Amino acid sequence: MQKYVYLIPVLPFIAFTINILLGRFVKKAAGLISVSASIASCSIALPIIYRVTQGQLFQASFDWLRVGTQTLRFGYYIDPYASVLLFVVTVIGTLIQIYAIGYMDHEPRFSRFFAYISLFMAGMLTLVIANNLLLFFMAWEIMGLCSYLLIGFYMEKDSAANASRKAFLTTRVGDVLFFIGILLLFTITGTLQFYELPAAAAKAHPLLPIAALFIFCGTIGKSAQVPLHVWLPDAMEGPTPVSALIHAATMVAAGVYLLSRTVSVFTAIPAAALPIVMEVGTITAFMAAFIALTATDIKKVLAYSTISQLGFMVAAFGLGQPVASTFHLMTHAFFKALLFLGAGSVIHGTGTQDLRKMGGLFGSMKHTATTFLIAALAIAGVPPFSGFWSKDEILLAAYDSHHPLVFWILTLTAFMTAFYMFRLVFMAFFGKARDHHIHAHESPASMTLPLWVLAIGSLLVGLPGSPFMHHWFQNFLERAPHAHAEEHLINGFVVACSIGAGLGGIALAYYMYLKNPEAAGNMATRFKPLYQLSMGKFYFDELYADWVVKPFHALGRALFGFDQTVVDGTVNQTGIKTMSLSAVKQWIDKYIVDGLVNFVGYFTQWTSSVVRRFQTGFVQHYILVLVTGTLALIFLNLK
Amino acid sequence: MTSHLLSWIAFMPLLGGLVVLFTPKDNAKAIRTIAVITTLLAGLLSLKALMGFNPASGIQFIEKVMWIPQFNAHYSLGVDGISLPMVLLTTLISILACLASFGIKERIKEYFFLFLFLETGMLGTFMSLDLFLFYVFWEIVLVPMYFLIGIWGGARKEYAAIKFFLYTLFGSLFMLLGILALYFHSTPHTFDWVELSKMHFAVRFQKFAFLAFFLGFAIKVPIFPFHTWLPDAHVEAPTPISVILAGVLLKMGTYGFFRFSYPLFPDAAHWFQPYMGILAVIGIVYGGFVALAQTDFKKMVAYSSVSHMGFVLLGLAAFTANGFNGAMLQMFTHGTITGGLFLLVGVLYDRAHTRDMNAFGGLSAQMPAYGGFLIFFSMASLGLPGLSGFISEFLVLLGVFQYKKLFAVLSCIGIILAAAYLLYMIRKVLLGPKNEKWSKLTDINAFEVVTLVPLMLLIVSIGLYPKMILNLMSPTVEALLVQVGGKF
Repeated sequence: MQKYVYLIPVLPFIAFTINILLGRFVKKAAGLISVSASIASCSIALPIIYRVTQGQLFQASFDWLRVGTQTLRFGYYIDPYASVLLFVVTVIGTLIQIYAIGYMDHEPRFSRFFAYISLFMAGMLTLVIANNLLLFFMAWEIMGLCSYLLIGFYMEKDSAANASRKAFLTTRVGDVLFFIGILLLFTITGTLQFYELPAAAAKAHPLLPIAALFIFCGTIGKSAQVPLHVWLPDAMEGPTPVSALIHAATMVAAGVYLLSRTVSVFTAIPAAALPIVMEVGTITAFMAAFIALTATDIKKVLAYSTISQLGFMVAAFGLGQPVASTFHLMTHAFFKALLFLGAGSVIHGTGTQDLRKMGGLFGSMKHTATTFLIAALAIAGVPPFSGFWSKDEILLAAYDSHHPLVFWILTLTAFMTAFYMFRLVFMAFFGKARDHHIHAHESPASMTLPLWVLAIGSLLVGLPGSPFMHHWFQNFLERAPHAHAEEHLINGFVVACSIGAGLGGIALAYYMYLKNPEAAGNMATRFKPLYQLSMGKFYFDELYADWVVKPFHALGRALFGFDQTVVDGTVNQTGIKTMSLSAVKQWIDKYIVDGLVNFVGYFTQWTSSVVRRFQTGFVQHYILVLVTGTLALIFLNLK
Repeated sequence: MTSHLLSWIAFMPLLGGLVVLFTPKDNAKAIRTIAVITTLLAGLLSLKALMGFNPASGIQFIEKVMWIPQFNAHYSLGVDGISLPMVLLTTLISILACLASFGIKERIKEYFFLFLFLETGMLGTFMSLDLFLFYVFWEIVLVPMYFLIGIWGGARKEYAAIKFFLYTLFGSLFMLLGILALYFHSTPHTFDWVELSKMHFAVRFQKFAFLAFFLGFAIKVPIFPFHTWLPDAHVEAPTPISVILAGVLLKMGTYGFFRFSYPLFPDAAHWFQPYMGILAVIGIVYGGFVALAQTDFKKMVAYSSVSHMGFVLLGLAAFTANGFNGAMLQMFTHGTITGGLFLLVGVLYDRAHTRDMNAFGGLSAQMPAYGGFLIFFSMASLGLPGLSGFISEFLVLLGVFQYKKLFAVLSCIGIILAAAYLLYMIRKVLLGPKNEKWSKLTDINAFEVVTLVPLMLLIVSIGLYPKMILNLMSPTVEALLVQVGGKF
């Protein structure tokens, strides 16, 4: 079994290679290739996950690179945390790919789509089983690339092209800070192997919290936490299966997984970094839910919901509960994937994403509507659906941590979650059809089948963490060397708040969107500033456009101007000055230096022209001169 | 050919060049064939050198004969872990650039002669172990380059060529002064690198000599603020020459630091360390910002070179094993990645006759394979992990992190900027609605693909398994580190 572990990420990579290189030959088989690779990975992974639940640990590594005096060893390290993620990614990944075969059927770039998806699976699976933070980071960035390519899949659309760039750049900011965190961590501890981190961090180096915060920046970017959350709603430009797989169930959750993997760095000095993590998570959970209240695009509601739920996970981690955080990660992966696939089915069936045009779809899309409802109940936190158990754990952690404010904010967020989710359900599936041009139809079986599997998952995956199974899931995770052992009690007050928030939200949504349809409009006018704040998404995009993007471009242009006028100007001026200097020298040369030479020449010429006249070549003249000269001499002597 | 392997490698191109001179000038096919075969032969011979190379044993394949006894100048060649990768890079890039030169239609005979002459100059520069010989090769490179830009270049070719020539000549004159000073300071007077590197000079002298060499090398790299010849030369040069320029010529400057400035003047190098670091950081960030402001595709890649070569300097400034290894690797990877980008710019320019990025849009639908290649090389250039650029940047940053954390953090701005300008380029050129104006453009052809694939293979394999090339370099690099007294 051990020797096949490497194949888990390699198989999807092979699928990627085939689909990208031979895309024009394999055509429609591309989907099949990707899905089979994914199923194969899944069938290797499941027995391994089972063994991990039995207490085994899988690891192996090889020397990848010597850096200075240390050696980086790459390989896999499958502990309980990794096995949970492995389960989520292989199972949900496979289901979503099966769904995508149906959903992307008419797409001309079908093979390219599946190539990217397979590359993503390879990256994500590498990340999950990676034993080294640098390998983790490498896989992390590969996923970022796939996310970029898939968000911009409909690249002819300007909005998709812009969204993909925005996603890459925004997460890149977080990633670079994360990278600095890796460098810092490596300089402090001398290792990046996950299983060596707890021992290395136990020395409690004072810079560890700084490293932790830099690493956390990676989470902020990838898991779309405030203030880097702006890319995720735009990322909905990608095809819906991508939104379900990458931007809901797996990649965005990788940020939370990163926290669990490096937990010892965060807890080395607990009071330092964790509170900040908790605050970021809580603020994100609340803000995103608040924005989701007014969103009218079905996928945007789900996107903000994802951000909000990721905020829950991050907050749970900040509260010192990586177990609760990972539990919610798992349940969320199921119901959020289901919600997105359901939304995809709705979009497929109606041709619109606008909630205001939908209505009464229950009749025409029974499978989609029923499964969607299950997922909505799960996210709203209604027992016994999975979301209830995991959210309750987080609320309990907040309650126990003596941060009453955090507890109440999260409870209020849970209430808002139930509300916006059922606002969506009631607007889309119940009531009367609002737009009569839409003739909804149910999606094909390849799409509804995964919906049902995920629905069963959404119903059941919470149970292992519930008192009915004696918190089996929590105990399983805590066997991991870096988790904390703690009693899991049921707190009646917290359970009441949790159920109350869920049911209250549903009831309010029922009242406002089914019972009394004018209520929503009235609310909007009565609380206009709040409504506009939600609609304006807290104006983050505008803020970044004005204060980050524009100044950066302006600085670029300014420096280019500087480059041309000052730096290059100096060079050119030096050239020109040299040229004029040489012009002066040329004048001197021509009229003085050369003039002197010429003067000598002219003088010689003139002299010779005079002297030449004597050289006539006639003997008589010479004799004449001779005689005249002799006579002259005689005459002089006589005197 | 085994006894004088390095001479064969260095002069093989010139030999081919002479054959070209004796070929009828309208027989383009023969000329091209000769040129390609010659570059291929040089490549094969350099592979042979690689096979026989033992990374652990310093300078190898030494050839040394007295050349000018009057002032004790030798014809002396040899390679070690610093120069051999550069030799391999040169022969590889030359092969690809030679293939890419098939698009040249005018005065083919002269072109290929100069091209091959240039290759000999570059190879000689990387192999010389005698400072006088080194200087000769260094200057030889200038001449064919001047003509190649000045005759086959774009609209402002004369200006660019003269600027390139004079600027570099200006720098190398200082280097010549440095070489002469070194000669007269050594006892006995010698140009021999091996002997010189064993001597120890007074710190004051070292500083002056270091500065003189620095000017020569800095202009070549180019280091801010000596970089402005680069965008002009790149934009005006024909595609294959841009590839050579970015792929090999710039490395001559940083190679000079590794080969001469550091081992000969270690104390001065230490003294200059912070200034080198500051110049590197400025180059990285400044180059990135200016690249962001470009609308000319080629100029953007040129400025990105300024930014990326800054990482080489930064690694040099770190004085750590990781920094040095990273700098060496960055020289190699930058050659392959930016060489590829220039080839891709050329592919587009050949078809569209413009380099204005704003004029394009939606090309990915029109030229899907081209789009794939461009995205690949852009990702490599922005340092995507799994590709070679990431490894070198990682090592450099790790190395400089051990030296000064602030330098590492500041240069990370350059990494973000690289993502920004490359993604803006992709957005403008490849994505968005299809532009009807370009509906006649054909996708990248098999011939052009051939020039790109070797680079891609190298980029991926080094990115996944960097040992394959680092093992070649690091023994020499680390010996150098010990010699100059750096930290591990």
